[in-house]
Amino acid sequence: MVLKIALTGNHAISYAVKLAKPEVIAAYPITPQTTIVEKLAEMIESGELKSRMIRVESEHSALAACFGAAVAGARAFTATSSQGLLYMHEFVHWVSRARAPLVMAIVSRTINTPWNIWPDHSDFVDQRDAGWVMAYAMDNQEAFDLTLQAFKIGEDPRVYLPVMLGIEGFILGHTTMPVEIPDEDLVDQWLGERRQPYVIDGSEPLGLGGLTFPEDTEDMFYAIQEAQESAKKVVREVDEEYGRIFGRSYGGLISCYWCSDAKYIAMAMGAWSGDLIEAVEKLRGEGYPVGVLRVRFYRPFPIEDIWSVVRGVKGIIVFDRAISFGAWGPIYTDLAAGLSLYTSNLPYMANIVAGIAGVNVTSDDFYGIVKSFIDSIEEGRLTRNYFAWVKVRR
Amino acid sequence: MLVEMIFLGRGGQGGVTASNILVQAAIYDSKYGQSFPFFGAERRGAPVTAYARISDRPILKHGMFSEADVLVVLDESLLELGVAKRYTIRDGGFLIVNTARSDVSKDYLSLRGRALVYAVNATKVAKELGLVIAGWPLVNTPMLGALVAATGIVSLSSVEKAIIDYFGEKTGGRNVEAVKKAYSETTRIGEV
Repeated sequence: MVLKIALTGNHAISYAVKLAKPEVIAAYPITPQTTIVEKLAEMIESGELKSRMIRVESEHSALAACFGAAVAGARAFTATSSQGLLYMHEFVHWVSRARAPLVMAIVSRTINTPWNIWPDHSDFVDQRDAGWVMAYAMDNQEAFDLTLQAFKIGEDPRVYLPVMLGIEGFILGHTTMPVEIPDEDLVDQWLGERRQPYVIDGSEPLGLGGLTFPEDTEDMFYAIQEAQESAKKVVREVDEEYGRIFGRSYGGLISCYWCSDAKYIAMAMGAWSGDLIEAVEKLRGEGYPVGVLRVRFYRPFPIEDIWSVVRGVKGIIVFDRAISFGAWGPIYTDLAAGLSLYTSNLPYMANIVAGIAGVNVTSDDFYGIVKSFIDSIEEGRLTRNYFAWVKVRR
Repeated sequence: MLVEMIFLGRGGQGGVTASNILVQAAIYDSKYGQSFPFFGAERRGAPVTAYARISDRPILKHGMFSEADVLVVLDESLLELGVAKRYTIRDGGFLIVNTARSDVSKDYLSLRGRALVYAVNATKVAKELGLVIAGWPLVNTPMLGALVAATGIVSLSSVEKAIIDYFGEKTGGRNVEAVKKAYSETTRIGEV
């Protein structure tokens, strides 16, 4: 039976994890992630969830414990934020390069210093080059759905990679919204048994992490690149299949709104895409031919899907909630690099970095920025592409 | 239609919980809801703000807002201290105050136009029903009763159901009593 209840984004993730039935959960508390594993601990205590909760002394150990559990054949889950994720970083690479499927939720919080608990995407995008499949949700329902899908995608033999699922702390993490929880039996049937490339359980000798010569190591890394390519197909398949069974499909690696006849595209990732969609809905009402392209998967970067939408458009404006200091927003950087492989005739492009360190960006802000981008092109005032760090002050 | 609300109270009064219960009530009424607290260095006694949106269609936006259709004040001292004035009530909006008084000075408010003012002595209701923790009367559920009486944004029965979901039968039962009592004792004290 489908249940519709009011849940915070963090608890939506907990409920999805419960349905995925990981044998091992290890985590170290950090704001704003903590309530995910607190809820899971309650579920284990009450007997609703039969998992082993490993309490550890640090995030580095949390991911190491999950890694150990995963290579031993267990479904494993952890969650963290910001400094905790940075502290894990060595093991972030370990897990993906050893091809150990597991799922980690990132409840985004900006990076110290100064001390700040509010969200941007800096912690999430900092993990970009590790080889994980990386997804980011727009609302609590999607956080729930993506968490379940993360297990399915990572454990697909065509992928066999860990999957990271992001939401913004507070903006989703502590925000209560309706979430539909599907029937447990249906989830069991769909998700199936744990699958992984190898198991270290003592039954047969297997070396992991030993000295490997350059050519062999390169082969292993090339295989990760190929797995990332395959993951694109698997993500689309899983999204369609999930839609057929549970009634919600999001479009695969990206979600599009009013894109089919759009001359302009506004791009974003995460919860503020919702504010952007409402802004663009208003602009549509005023006759602006604009659509929203929402990045759901950051790795693999969905350039083919994006190209199929933006091909022939006049302008693209990309909103990034993170900055690569000294360069630009990370999504824009990937987009520009990716599009250059498809065309030498790029549309007008603008990169807006905003919402850094948790600064509140509203639908009205998006409305103003997108409108002025389009107006400046239509009125012939825009002569070159631009990057701007927009500091919203109230 | 989207209705945006701000609950203004002090840490420990339950404003955040009230906003969460409201979302579950909205689900029971087949509406969409969203609630979130402003997170800073909250502690018992400090001013705390919770936000809620209720709509008959899915709510996509998440941005914080300082202008609302309904301002619910759980602690009237926040009016005199000027804290309530940080939030603007939209034209045709509502102010709902936990107070024993029968008037609220316009000087304490930021208004876009006209607003209806409703009052209930939620502190008295909470105390009568023994809803007190560590000396703090839990005025959140009575204020939900007042919110329903003033605006009808969700139904009383849905709020009651959502409260039982949240607190369970035992504690929930007393909170439901508080909601009903506050609902019947809420009065419109004027228009500003």
